[in-house]
Amino acid sequence: MKFASEFRDPKAARALLAAIARRAEQIGASREKPVHIMEICGGHTHSIFRYGLDKLVHEGVEFIHGPGCPVCVLPRARIDECIEIARRPGVIFTTFGDAMRVPGRSQSLLQARAAGADIRMVYSPLDALALARKYPERDVVFFGLGFETTTPSTALAIQQAAREGLGNFSVFCNHITVPEPIHALLKDPHMVLDGFIGPGHVSMVIGVHPYDFIARDFQKPLVVAGFEPTDLLQSVLMVLDQIAEGRAEVENQYARVVPEEGNPVSLAAIADVYERRPSFEWRGLGEIDASGLRIRPKYAAFDAEEKFGIGYAVARNPAPEPEGCACGAVMTGRVKPTACPHFGKGCTPEMPLGALMVSSEGACAAYWQYGGARVAAE
Amino acid sequence: MCLGIPGRIIAMTDPARMMAMAEVSGVRREVNIACVAEGPPEGLIGRWVLIHVGFAMSLIDEDEAARTLAALHELGEAQEALEQMAEADREMAR
Repeated sequence: MKFASEFRDPKAARALLAAIARRAEQIGASREKPVHIMEICGGHTHSIFRYGLDKLVHEGVEFIHGPGCPVCVLPRARIDECIEIARRPGVIFTTFGDAMRVPGRSQSLLQARAAGADIRMVYSPLDALALARKYPERDVVFFGLGFETTTPSTALAIQQAAREGLGNFSVFCNHITVPEPIHALLKDPHMVLDGFIGPGHVSMVIGVHPYDFIARDFQKPLVVAGFEPTDLLQSVLMVLDQIAEGRAEVENQYARVVPEEGNPVSLAAIADVYERRPSFEWRGLGEIDASGLRIRPKYAAFDAEEKFGIGYAVARNPAPEPEGCACGAVMTGRVKPTACPHFGKGCTPEMPLGALMVSSEGACAAYWQYGGARVAAE
Repeated sequence: MCLGIPGRIIAMTDPARMMAMAEVSGVRREVNIACVAEGPPEGLIGRWVLIHVGFAMSLIDEDEAARTLAALHELGEAQEALEQMAEADREMAR
């Protein structure tokens, strides 16, 4: 095993793995009856696969890969709507590169760009603002996408546009939130979860209290984690410690970056700019109450849904998944990616059919990227 | 876009808009500092921050910055973020 060279601190990693094994034995976890721990964040999923943590931990610990990859949970209808907006005369449609290859019903944004739509990849909503200043005669639309790590940046960009009176800037807001889908998963009677690894950078924005309901109402432990491999192992151990001691609490392994109360400036901008939608559609998970954000009426001039009359609030346009696509079942932990009939055949990172194959944070892409090498090593 | 990348604030560029120049793995990029400003913005010069899509979101120390950058490189996320910055610069110039 390449173990030693893979970890910056192999000694600490070995000690954590041994402690995890002791705790797992102590609570009677086994391959047949494992403890199910969901890592919510796609960045954690990527890290777990990159370091093979799922194979290194005691066989009684099983990772369930959560819904925390924003492009993976983006319904095809939203991509169709982006393309519809981008094709309007005079529009410059801007997006994070992550969304470019997500398949819509007939095209991805990349394909729509090749077909002539003015679609530009930006690194930041501030780039979209700069384009709006540079091209006052064009309508610059920014695709607001992602969880609480990116919601404040979009909000701050809208506030800046309002201060400058940039009437040709708007946001196609499809931002989503982390706690609500977890609530939905916990209410699902088919879901058997014993604890959670909480997202690091999302929690840097929202703090740790939005997860309190998980411990209080569902009696499940949650540990907010950094994404270095030893952070993740430490957090797994903290979850097992809670289970062994009969506790269910929200703990913070990543306190060096995550303040208990989150980032006040970000939270103020989020509260000023957005309100919750009554419900929002997630690819593979369906409608989830209060899980999406829309732009408040006072910023309607910067709301692309209002400006173009296109989007979830106007018409839901539910699009069925491609036939046989198991993204939904994978995302709820019911099946492994390799059980999908399309995995590695009609669906690869180069030509994704389902959204979980698009991003390196999607469970299928992670299986694909690291699976081959691992099988060879075993 | 989900994971922040560490950078060091090297100069203020537009204090009225809370904009500063950051150096991220040798690449210079203008970032917004509204979320980390505490006191006069000049006080941030030389400090390490975690940058998410052009916004400094958290102050971190140098050791944390180095560890995070190393972890991001191993995941390929640092290279991806830098590529996205370069790609965006090209698109802006189009």
